[in-house]
Amino acid sequence: MAIQPYDSPLEKIWHYAFLVICGLIFFFLIFPILVIIPLSFNAEDFFTFTPKMLALDPEGYSFKHYQDFFHNPDWQQALWNSIRIAPAATLLATGFGTLAAIGLARSHVPFRGAIMAILISPMIVPLIISAAGMYFFYSRIGLQGTYWGVVLAHAVLGTPFVIITVTATLVGFDRSLERAAASLGANPVTTFFKVQMPLILPGVISGALFAFITSFDEVVVVLFLGSASQKTLPWQMFTGLREQISPTILAVASILVALSVVLLTFLEFMRRRSERQRGLSPG
Amino acid sequence: MAEQQILTGEGKPLKQALRKALRREKMRSLLLIAPLLAFVLVAFIAPIGDMLFRSVENNIVADTLPKTTAALRDWDPAEGQLPDEAAYEALYDDLTVAVEKKIHTRLGSRLNYEQAGMSSLFRKAGRTVRNIEPGSPDIKAQLIESDKDWGDLDTWAILKMYSPAYTPGYFLNAVDAEMGPDGIGMKPENERIYLFLFGRTLMLSIIITCSCLVLGYPISYLLSHLPLSRANLLMVLVLLPFWTSLLVRTSAWKVLLQQQGVINDLLVWSGIVDNAGRLVMINNATGTIIAMTHILLPFMILPLYSVMKTISPTYVRAARSLGATSWTAFWRIYFPQSVPGIGAGAVLVFILSIGYYITPELVGGTSGIFISNRIAYHISSSLNWGLAAALGTLLLVVVMFMFVLYDKIVGIDNVKLG
Repeated sequence: MAIQPYDSPLEKIWHYAFLVICGLIFFFLIFPILVIIPLSFNAEDFFTFTPKMLALDPEGYSFKHYQDFFHNPDWQQALWNSIRIAPAATLLATGFGTLAAIGLARSHVPFRGAIMAILISPMIVPLIISAAGMYFFYSRIGLQGTYWGVVLAHAVLGTPFVIITVTATLVGFDRSLERAAASLGANPVTTFFKVQMPLILPGVISGALFAFITSFDEVVVVLFLGSASQKTLPWQMFTGLREQISPTILAVASILVALSVVLLTFLEFMRRRSERQRGLSPG
Repeated sequence: MAEQQILTGEGKPLKQALRKALRREKMRSLLLIAPLLAFVLVAFIAPIGDMLFRSVENNIVADTLPKTTAALRDWDPAEGQLPDEAAYEALYDDLTVAVEKKIHTRLGSRLNYEQAGMSSLFRKAGRTVRNIEPGSPDIKAQLIESDKDWGDLDTWAILKMYSPAYTPGYFLNAVDAEMGPDGIGMKPENERIYLFLFGRTLMLSIIITCSCLVLGYPISYLLSHLPLSRANLLMVLVLLPFWTSLLVRTSAWKVLLQQQGVINDLLVWSGIVDNAGRLVMINNATGTIIAMTHILLPFMILPLYSVMKTISPTYVRAARSLGATSWTAFWRIYFPQSVPGIGAGAVLVFILSIGYYITPELVGGTSGIFISNRIAYHISSSLNWGLAAALGTLLLVVVMFMFVLYDKIVGIDNVKLG
């Protein structure tokens, strides 16, 4: 993106106009997420900036919504449930998903297209349909309203992400490394853990993060499949937004934004590490 | 002369040995995939199949009124005659059993989906049956006396129509049609809602897809033309919303778009609108469009960006050197090469948007809700599960069609995330 010497004046004006347009779109993307952070420190129970806040008066700000989040048993129970459900779902999704991705990356897989379509389908089918189907079916087999019912459902929803990310890392995987390990006397299990696993680990971890966030952020399925004792953080936020908007939601939202910043940083670190290992980018 | 067979070191024919090795390789791959495949089939595909089945399943009439169903087998409502006394006696017997098991009201509410008034008819019949002595003569007259609907041909026609184990009734309902005594027809004008709702869902999804494209194209273009280090930095502004919780973004829009919210405050403060004329941007279709465009925009940018990165800048430069203006070079040379990215992004955004539930529910009010919201309503509030399943099946068909299209354009193996 640079102005060329042969550009006409009109083209130069357009170039700057284009940059302004892009700036506005970036603003549209990021502003809604950032604006709730200062609002969450509102001393009043309002959803907008008070005159005191705009005057940067310290009295206009407070931690009371954060205190409410950390002391209100409803929110704490919801947080605790999310923390109990998401890791279990992540573990299941990552375990099954990684194995399947390795299988799918091998040559000569029969019915590859059909299998892939089935394994990816939880990502494509609208959540309300998945939720409806699971609600009916899990009720029949007695899993509706149970911890394991929610975990299994979330694990299924997370697996496509694991498959996609692990498959992406396996695309650049050099199969001759496996043969080299075998020729040096390693058995398949040793080869897997000592050679293949370290190389695909970044993909596995990204996939696990996707699976985790899928479960941690999922609300439609848990609304139908869970009972009150599986009320998760998004569930609490959803009912909070629908029934009585409490400003505590903004405090929770700000904490979740901070969490996604941490996540994004970690993910970027993993991506660079993966590219370095595969020799795709220098340094 | 017989063809010379090539043998392996162990003396086996090479072809056979190769085939065996290949089979072993295939088995190994399948063994790795099998656990997940089984898991997805049981925990996901089976529930979807179960739901599809519910949209046609209709055992309730035959299960609750087995004798009546049998008695009506040879009766034809087209002849214009009420069923004979035996059918009324069978109905009396069936209802007596059903009242004892307290399941007659359930049948009433099921048939009420097809014809209004059936629910109260069956509730009343439950009371009537208790007052009729077993074995008393002229049950037909007594039933008709208790409610004249039992002397109505249409009531019996509905009973017969819904006595088979499978019914197209829910699907007809889902497209605003009904199967009445006179055959299949459209519902009265003022009761049609689903075709309109499907239309609105499609319309809003198309608008959201278009606005994502309009906003996403310049951003992807800019990102793909910047040096990689600067592009990665700006990419954070796309990835942060992508990784932020859906509910966080929905709450943000709820806060921003309210009448007493930040945007309206800003407009009033800057004098663009006066205090009384605050804009209504939420709890309507506008709210849904704005919030969902924001939520789905990264899903447009990421595939577009990955396609644009592969377009070589030399073509545009060549066009310029041949005298094309920057617009001509863009429109005739660059844009056609970016079309696969547009296709991938647009189909992805459309698939995701058409099934959305949470955001329309929270910011859509009544004029901005999708078909998903109606499905949820039928599952949790009206308990008309068959209709919910039929609506879900129709939605699924649309999504599957788009998915196949996506597979043709991009290939499901090439989906990239971040």
